[in-house]
Amino acid sequence: MLSKQPSETTSKQANGEQTAPPIQVQSLSKSFGKQTVLKGINLQVARGETLSVLGRSGTGKSVLLKLLIGLHKPDSGSIRVNGEDVTKLPLKELNEVRKTVGFLFQQAALYDSLTVEENVAFPLRRHSKMSNAQRNKRVRELLASVGMEKDSHKLPAQLSGGMQKRVGLARALALEPAILLFDEPTAGLDPITAAETDDLILRLQRERHMASVVVTHDIHGARAVSDRLALLRDGEILIEGTFADLQKSREPFVVRFLNGS
Amino acid sequence: MDTGFYGDYTLFVFVLVMANSAAQISGAKNLSATGDLVVNFFEWFGNIGIFWARSFWTALSPPYEFREFLRQFDELGSKSLPLVAIAGAATGVVLTLSTRDSLIRFGAKSLLPAVVIFSIIKESGPIITALVVSGRAAAGIGAELGAMRVSEQIDAMEASAVNPYKFLVATRVLACMLMLPLLTLVSDICGILMGWVANTAAEPISLQLFIHNGFKVVTFNDFLPATLKTVVFGLIIGVISCFQGMRASGGTEGVERAATNSVVLAALFIILADVLLVRLILVFFS
Repeated sequence: MLSKQPSETTSKQANGEQTAPPIQVQSLSKSFGKQTVLKGINLQVARGETLSVLGRSGTGKSVLLKLLIGLHKPDSGSIRVNGEDVTKLPLKELNEVRKTVGFLFQQAALYDSLTVEENVAFPLRRHSKMSNAQRNKRVRELLASVGMEKDSHKLPAQLSGGMQKRVGLARALALEPAILLFDEPTAGLDPITAAETDDLILRLQRERHMASVVVTHDIHGARAVSDRLALLRDGEILIEGTFADLQKSREPFVVRFLNGS
Repeated sequence: MDTGFYGDYTLFVFVLVMANSAAQISGAKNLSATGDLVVNFFEWFGNIGIFWARSFWTALSPPYEFREFLRQFDELGSKSLPLVAIAGAATGVVLTLSTRDSLIRFGAKSLLPAVVIFSIIKESGPIITALVVSGRAAAGIGAELGAMRVSEQIDAMEASAVNPYKFLVATRVLACMLMLPLLTLVSDICGILMGWVANTAAEPISLQLFIHNGFKVVTFNDFLPATLKTVVFGLIIGVISCFQGMRASGGTEGVERAATNSVVLAALFIILADVLLVRLILVFFS
């Protein structure tokens, strides 16, 4: 299995070459009714960097991802994506920001009634001025990049969970996003398919140099694909750093989470 | 206009005002169980009003979703047509048999074609069509959008910078609105033809004479408003089923709830709207 090497951007930042990070989250809070899900979250993800957000079920990890592309509105705080505060944008401008962000959903969220190639072509059909021939070529390239070119005429119901995630990833990459968000990319997959999915994410990261946020329970997968990790507990970031930083922590929750006990 | 019209109008305005108020005060106060029920009732009206307005405005702005609209129009028409034709035909037979018996007792058998055609065109054709389509299409739309909601397909659509109110809702509502009058025509024709068949089985009469006698008393003013009112029924079916589907939650149970509520509420509101529309038609087209 591949593993994450220090990214070019991280090296650049270490050398003092600062650019505005594509994702900047400040004092972000979100509640649903009386239940507070996120409390004053601060995060930054640089270009070419992958941040994994870990935490127990129901700690608001998926909500954080949906907040990043304006699918939920926060109670307070700001979220800057490619320099735009998505919490304040009207829908038209928000959609322009969304075109620069790819999102792989937990269950892939492929459109049931469309074939694999129609799913991948969906964003291209709506947001690009490609001819049919150009679009078909691009769809074939995208499916080939995730190893799904032979299944292009199948419906999502005919695919396994791992294959659906690959197609979801191809669809997320269709508009060549600068940012990629992954919601539990390996959840529900067997260990071999999960490792293959992690390898695929790493390979795409190296090729495309995107800013990525991975929400996961899978500590091994997170270690493989991430530059940094953030552990959420009770709506707050308990610890943030490299995997080595987390391993050094004596905080009982961190130790339990890393050891899985 | 008679005073009954003002009564209906006042009730309609009252419901709208209460719905708006309930949508604003909901959650702001601790109310009793009955109070909650009343607020929820009006909140539903407020929310569906906001939902309809949002879908309407997004549908007006380009780019227009012609391709998806045609797909929905075709799907709705092709899948509802056989059911509507059968229901219309059955209505024609039942209406002829029961009316024939009544008219024989009153010695007015010669009026049978006129009564059957008049009844089918004025009321039974539109309402039967709307109820059949509400059973077929409302359940389908509610379940489809509900499944898309709980499996995050609608979130995925929004994440792809595609407005689901324009792509999913507006296209389906418009398809329902434009398809209902066409399906009503089919239902009317099937009902009249089968009414003639049922009548001929008891007492032979040529189709030409049956239709000639029937349309002697039916005017364009009887046909047009009664057929066009199904546009409103289509609006009700489309908006209610899309609304229930789009706010589905809670997995397969939520999808089932969305489908069931879509059918029940659409059928209920079609009947209630028919009361209002029949009165309006009587006021403006009598």
